[in-house]
Amino acid sequence: MSQDQMVDIYILGKKYSVPESLTIMDSMEYAGYQLVRGCGCRSGFCGACATIYRIKGEKELKVCLACQTKVQDGMYLTQLPFFPGDKRQYDLEELEPNADTMMQLYPEIYSCVGCNSCTKGCPQGLNVMQYIAYAQRGDLEKCAHESFDCVMCGICASRCPANITHYQVGLLARRLTGKYLAPKTEHLQTRVKEINEHKHDLPLQELMQKDIDEIKELYNLRDIEK
Amino acid sequence: MYTAQMRELIKKVEATRTKRVGIQFPRMNPDERQQVLQEYHPDYRDSGFRCLALGVNKGCKVPIELADLIEAKSRLENIELDLSKIDYDVDVLIIGGGGAGAAAALEAFGQGVKVLIATKLRFGDANTMMAEGGIQAADKPNDSPAQHYLDVMGGGHYTNVPELAAALVKDAPGVIKWLNDLGVLFDKDQDGTMVTTHGGGTSRKRMHAAADYTGAEIMRVLRDEVQNQGIDVVEFSPAVDILLDEDNRAAGAVLCNLETQEYLIARAKTVIIATGGAGRLHYQGFPTSNHYGATADGLVMGYRAGAELAFADTIQYHPTGVAYPPQIFGALVTEKVRSLGATPLNIDGEQFVFHLETRDVEASAIIREIQGRNKGIETPTGVKGVWLDTPLIEIIHGEGTIEKRLPGMLRMYAKFDIDMRKEPILVYPTLHYQNGGLLIDEHGQTKVENLYVAGEAAGGIHGRNRLMGNSLLDILVFGRRAGEHAGAKSKGIKVKKLNLDHVKKYNKYLELSGIITNRVSPMVLPHYTHGRE
Repeated sequence: MSQDQMVDIYILGKKYSVPESLTIMDSMEYAGYQLVRGCGCRSGFCGACATIYRIKGEKELKVCLACQTKVQDGMYLTQLPFFPGDKRQYDLEELEPNADTMMQLYPEIYSCVGCNSCTKGCPQGLNVMQYIAYAQRGDLEKCAHESFDCVMCGICASRCPANITHYQVGLLARRLTGKYLAPKTEHLQTRVKEINEHKHDLPLQELMQKDIDEIKELYNLRDIEK
Repeated sequence: MYTAQMRELIKKVEATRTKRVGIQFPRMNPDERQQVLQEYHPDYRDSGFRCLALGVNKGCKVPIELADLIEAKSRLENIELDLSKIDYDVDVLIIGGGGAGAAAALEAFGQGVKVLIATKLRFGDANTMMAEGGIQAADKPNDSPAQHYLDVMGGGHYTNVPELAAALVKDAPGVIKWLNDLGVLFDKDQDGTMVTTHGGGTSRKRMHAAADYTGAEIMRVLRDEVQNQGIDVVEFSPAVDILLDEDNRAAGAVLCNLETQEYLIARAKTVIIATGGAGRLHYQGFPTSNHYGATADGLVMGYRAGAELAFADTIQYHPTGVAYPPQIFGALVTEKVRSLGATPLNIDGEQFVFHLETRDVEASAIIREIQGRNKGIETPTGVKGVWLDTPLIEIIHGEGTIEKRLPGMLRMYAKFDIDMRKEPILVYPTLHYQNGGLLIDEHGQTKVENLYVAGEAAGGIHGRNRLMGNSLLDILVFGRRAGEHAGAKSKGIKVKKLNLDHVKKYNKYLELSGIITNRVSPMVLPHYTHGRE
């Protein structure tokens, strides 16, 4: 790795020379940072490392996850380790899965001006404005699936002129969908009922009392579902 | 993007692909499994371990990197703390804000007591968030908790604590129902039947999933629910030592505000350690699929307070970590990729192991193929891997399957210009999970009064090897059990005067054991320089 081509990047405006093969996150550590904020799963699933950058000489501001993006020469960057977006408190048991619920909890979604900044900013490439549109009309299932890959990094909300916290809207839609709109699972209800009625206690206890050789034999001879 | 050389090698994979479709590679027999483990599994490499010089498990071997942290001084050694100045006064203190911590918090709070979650990074920054593949539960008619139990025990090489394994499988369907009722969006058929698949070592298709964002979906729902309930959470405030009271019962923890470096006293009637794993210790130099915060803090604090370690010498190397591109080296390639039919292949495009052996066996077979048979594929950084033939998934299940069921994987590779629908991916085992941890009973209690452990920090449930999908399950089963028990128990407890005498004693024992060191622990945060000198 030491043979690597070096590039100049600007972390919070300060210049560092780093290997071009590194991700933004790794390059910050290479530069000497021990990250406290702005670093989480390092695999693109947690949204801790939302980053805003601009390439020297260009005007456009771009966004990304620092752990999933390689550095580029002339990159001016800052992280967005926290965003003070609002989350409404609610009791899921008392909600109904419809547009009225959205209206009550997140009325600002109806102030969307259609600028599409949220979608342009999404490092997951989600169609954020579209899922907000689904939420507006109470099409919660569509909102749930369109927003499913959201890592709640907060970039969308940081760019929204209507103060929408998109990621919270998506989460609400998904929870309403999972609880109320997705088809009920009969085999799950049946099995939980059986367990509560202690129907599985005896077979389990019998297995627990067997010695290792008996368990081994049962394990090695067990039939395996195709 | 693959190099020209790698593209050439991919042609060999393509050449054998049609011949391989529908042909099942034979599973290993018990003797073959044992042999490959002994010869190639990192747990069998003595140079990676050391026997502990002090404490409850004195004489037991643990990974060297963990031993270094256990045989280290407290961060509080030379610090004067006024333990009568209480910053947080609660009934149940939960250390760690991952899946186990959140589940414990919800159940403890449900008991009507005051709960605090103190966590090192953000609430939800945890391995839970990164668990992609799924969660096991025997909830289908052809399955049963007893069948699940058999798989768990066989997977753990019959070393699991039977009571813990039984609790795991018995609570499993209830956990799925609990999640479903909280609004977790499981993959289901039109009629509500759960879409389930096999994992390595399962005898029934009982892997429930939410695409390949299963852990993330569970974590963000649990976090949302904790916030809805108004449970207190303090972020960027890791615990650095457990507090005991005059009766040597756990009674809180010293927290460190990472921003101000100020130490804060949290007093509690019961304490639950839910700090997760240890991947960031990079045992034996392995890359890791783990979260940034996975530094074994809970094991160190709990051990210092007198809790016992179990199976701390057994580590799970996930067979398929990313070998290429280097930017995401070690990141997880979910087992679900193999559940859906992708198979591991060597440099000649030949399969060399059944694709769904248990993780320890599968990982060992991959290491054997590379180190023992020299049939790995070399990447530009010198790291070697084997192919995982992902295009097979689209052939077996139809075009569009990867986009629908592995969107996270597809996106991760696409960011580095690899289309896993059309090209195979390169993998190498990655440090994934600590099979052991602090020994618990079926309520999550340790032998230290009022000290509980839940999640990856706990040990005994999985014995020497955990199956896919039993970790998301275990954090919720034992998170809930610990939360409920600790919440109920806290009602009858009156905390006496707090002290850190056990820490002072521990430091003295270190000297008596001949360990002269400047090491301090827990580690809290890893330190990376990426080759800069």
